[in-house]
Amino acid sequence: MRAALFLLPVAVGLCLLAGLAAGTVPLSPAEVWHGLWRANTSASVIVRDLRAPRVLLAFFVGGSLAVCGAALQAMIRNPLAEPYLLGLSGGAGLGAVIAIATRATGPWAVPVAAFLGALAAVALVYRLSLVAGRRLDPRVLLLSGVVVGTFAGALMSAIMVLSPAAGIRNAFLWLLGGFGSASWQSLGVFLAYAVVPLGVLGLSARSLDLLALGEEPAHHLGADVNRTRRIVYLCTALLTAASVATCGIIGFVGLVVPHAVRTVARPLHRSLLPLVFVVGGSFLVLSDVVARTVVRPLELPVGVITALVGVPLFALLLRRTLA
Amino acid sequence: MILEAEGLTVRYAATARPALDGVSCRVRASELVAVAGPNGSGKTTLVRALSGLVQPERGVVRVQARPLAEWGRSELARVLAVVPQREEIVFPLRVDEAVMLGRYARLGSLAAPGPVDRAAVRSALERCDADTLAARSIDSLSGGEWQRVRLARALAQEPAVLVLDEPTASLDVRHEMELLELIRRLVDQGLAGLVITHELNLAARYADRILLLSEGRVVAEGPPREVLVETTLSRVFEWPVAVTTWCDGSPQVVPLRPGERLS
Repeated sequence: MRAALFLLPVAVGLCLLAGLAAGTVPLSPAEVWHGLWRANTSASVIVRDLRAPRVLLAFFVGGSLAVCGAALQAMIRNPLAEPYLLGLSGGAGLGAVIAIATRATGPWAVPVAAFLGALAAVALVYRLSLVAGRRLDPRVLLLSGVVVGTFAGALMSAIMVLSPAAGIRNAFLWLLGGFGSASWQSLGVFLAYAVVPLGVLGLSARSLDLLALGEEPAHHLGADVNRTRRIVYLCTALLTAASVATCGIIGFVGLVVPHAVRTVARPLHRSLLPLVFVVGGSFLVLSDVVARTVVRPLELPVGVITALVGVPLFALLLRRTLA
Repeated sequence: MILEAEGLTVRYAATARPALDGVSCRVRASELVAVAGPNGSGKTTLVRALSGLVQPERGVVRVQARPLAEWGRSELARVLAVVPQREEIVFPLRVDEAVMLGRYARLGSLAAPGPVDRAAVRSALERCDADTLAARSIDSLSGGEWQRVRLARALAQEPAVLVLDEPTASLDVRHEMELLELIRRLVDQGLAGLVITHELNLAARYADRILLLSEGRVVAEGPPREVLVETTLSRVFEWPVAVTTWCDGSPQVVPLRPGERLS
């Protein structure tokens, strides 16, 4: 465990370094180092202006999505929960597309629209799963999430095909998920939306431990179940919206990363959430490296990579946990 | 009076028959009250109402003479510990971690567990004869061990009242007796205890009073020999029973086969 605590920052550092070094113009670690600290060289333009914000954005988005997954999994007591499968991403994407189609663009308006979309999706998913019975059944909730996500996806496609708004064609590519347009500004926008919900989820770690036991034991051990649920829904909706608005829909990070971390770490959220954050961040940075190097000079959407890596990894984990 | 309910009426759906209909009960310190009754008589609903999980339509619950509504969530968990009937494990913790969850109501959201908390966990595990399990994963425990760990988690709350919903269901004779002996010992040390059970004969020997529920109403309440009466039980359980006396003086219930009669 001590060794792991030492190795983790090294591994994270290596991931970030790989993110700065890889790309259309490959750089050596030394070039990256000089580019970071010396201004006005060709390397410094690439490293400082293009890759540093991109790598940091990927790191924070990956960490946020993974934390969302971990929190949602604890809350609905189902390891399959994550923003993508619960329809949050779809709702956020729909909100963002509507904002673009109605020309309510700008770096701040799209996240707000995405947030409203994500909240609407949460409310709808919640409402749908209540129809089935008096008590909330996690399986019905997931099913409703998939249904709402698919419905939102269909609406998005329809709007994108029909809307005359300029920029809507780009929305298609953006929705697939990618960090191609990352800048210091988009990183700033993302952090402005993400810092508070991340902190609040961190402070809810103990309540999440209790909620993972189930509504009744959690209540008896002192958790305010309904308040914690509202907090988790709000925070994950905000984080998902900020992610979708800045870099599109990226699935499976929230599913695979908490799963993988739980196989090696204790499932108590005070330690689990920070771990999940850095591992999720590193995973998305590496996925982005693959996305922009594997078919150089073209770029694959990073959502494609996370799905291509995430699904087999998930199948493997599933087999191992069931065995 | 540590825990008392007055005229509790609970209805799950507006039109349905109330699950509890004007139920009152009291538990004092160093007293063990058993709640018995047929399936669907409202026993679990009583636990849910006493712990604030369902809101009664009428009536009031008081903990240490203060109405339940005035208690904060974690404040209440420091006084009232409830071990619900079933608990499914989704994310397996270690036994000591699971018992530490009992301390959360005292820890707040930031503070790390201190020596006091670790001592409380250790003592709770020892009292439940579960200290050797501390490093095991909770999904590797047997039914009896898991019940003992859940009881230890409740004791780690350092409560004044302990409420248990069918704690010995699915336990074999030895584990059932061990758990009841433990509960009786804790009550004798000053806890107030409320246990829901189907085991009338064990309730007769361990409980100070029995509350008999039927269709959401209290049918009888008092010391075991006053409650466990042939006519009452036969009517409530809709099955003929005979009541004899065990050598310690406690009434013992024997369900009769058709045509059988106690000589």
